[in-house]
Amino acid sequence: MRRFLPFVLIVCIGAVLTPAMAPGESSAEEKAIWRTEPVETGPKEKGIPEFFVPPPPFSEGIFPCSDCHADQETNPNRRDLTEMHEDIQIINHAEDQRWCLDCHNPDDRDYLRLASGRLVSFDESYYLCGQCHGTIFRDWKAGIHGRRTGEWNGKKTYRLCVHCHDPHQPRFKPIEPLPPPVKPKDIK
Amino acid sequence: MKKQVTKTLRGKKVSRRSVLKGAALAAAAAALPPVGAEAAVWEAFFQKHFQELNDRDLDKIIARLEKEYADRFGKHISVTASKPIPGVLFGYGLDIARCIGCRRCVYACVKENNQSRDPQIHWITVLRFQKGDKWISDLENADKYYNPAKVPEPGYFYMPTQCQQCEKPPCVKACPTQATWSEDDGIVVVDYNWCIGCRYCMAACPYGARHFNWTRPGLPAEEINTQTHYLGNRPRYPGVVEKCTFCIQRTRNEPGQYPACVEICPVGARKFGNLLDPESEIRYCIENKRVFRLKEEVNTHPKFFYFFAT
Repeated sequence: MRRFLPFVLIVCIGAVLTPAMAPGESSAEEKAIWRTEPVETGPKEKGIPEFFVPPPPFSEGIFPCSDCHADQETNPNRRDLTEMHEDIQIINHAEDQRWCLDCHNPDDRDYLRLASGRLVSFDESYYLCGQCHGTIFRDWKAGIHGRRTGEWNGKKTYRLCVHCHDPHQPRFKPIEPLPPPVKPKDIK
Repeated sequence: MKKQVTKTLRGKKVSRRSVLKGAALAAAAAALPPVGAEAAVWEAFFQKHFQELNDRDLDKIIARLEKEYADRFGKHISVTASKPIPGVLFGYGLDIARCIGCRRCVYACVKENNQSRDPQIHWITVLRFQKGDKWISDLENADKYYNPAKVPEPGYFYMPTQCQQCEKPPCVKACPTQATWSEDDGIVVVDYNWCIGCRYCMAACPYGARHFNWTRPGLPAEEINTQTHYLGNRPRYPGVVEKCTFCIQRTRNEPGQYPACVEICPVGARKFGNLLDPESEIRYCIENKRVFRLKEEVNTHPKFFYFFAT
């Protein structure tokens, strides 16, 4: 039980804060609520053990996001990105319901933001994915979903969701197969 | 019964029995190593069955093999004979819902386990099925030669097969020389020095998992994996049968690595672990997912579980 206590606390705080955000309130106030210090990324859940997870696969030079975003005003409106990040198209990832700031923290772009308001670093993006993909998250923690390397009875290397799934276009891209076996009639 | 007698060229009478005796002796002599053969050849000829070897004999044999391989490939190839880890029974899981049929596993296995490149031997065969067609009841007619530009193809799904490491292996029953047997950690192994190449095991295996070296394996020295196990990926002789050993040279260590096919799989469809450990990945699969084993009706009790994670 003690393991879950901090978690329960976060949920409770979230529950207290949420009603304060009535729809239609000014965005300044909304920001004030969400502008939290980058918190500790929360308790480790059972099943996310000390297994090594390699750093996230950022495009070169893209991180830290705050290098550019710190001085910019946040534009919360859905639009086609034309000045920067033109390559990012949300495809096959519930694009009708999803927009950048549903996952990226508008106040400090170096963090992702869960629906609860909790900030998570890019190293722990699985918490973000796990919000919707709970069953997959559960399998991933158990070592069933996703690729593992290392030792079956020792240290394992896990991978982040984003190592295999582009978060903006998560569907697996078809790849070239290796050659088929030689047919018996072709064996000399 | 009347004694059968024939005359030789010189008119001497010879019984049928003594002709047969002579022929048997001559055949036995022909089967022996030639006079003047190296001591190593004689040693190999009189080598005991693997399970009857004591550690001292085994060390001598391994030293002999390493020398033989060094002469043949021009580099040191380490041969180990690590024993099963107590309390471990290996099991394997394969998620059919994930496999995309890319054959990365096939070639990772060839590389790791020193299979013959030419003539080609693959321990893993990936089968392709058309959705809605006959499937598990018709494995023999499945397509293993599919070769599209990209996989997965719409309308198809894929199922890799390899040795199922049966609890009741029919191949072991069929072997007339006990050259193949099931180890305590559940891996069915072959002693290449005892295999006589009769291929009864291949006929007995319901999964097509055993493969025969029709010639000396074509194994380029520069591609050889130098970490080998006596019962696994050491270079094979012509005329012996070989099969998947769950990468015995990797998995039978403490800590032990995953098999090569598990590590290479780009979609993470392959799972491996200890069936006796309730916390293992394979136990999680069996307890939480829908699993099945191939050809359960033939009562081989495979330790290879196909599952659907979604």
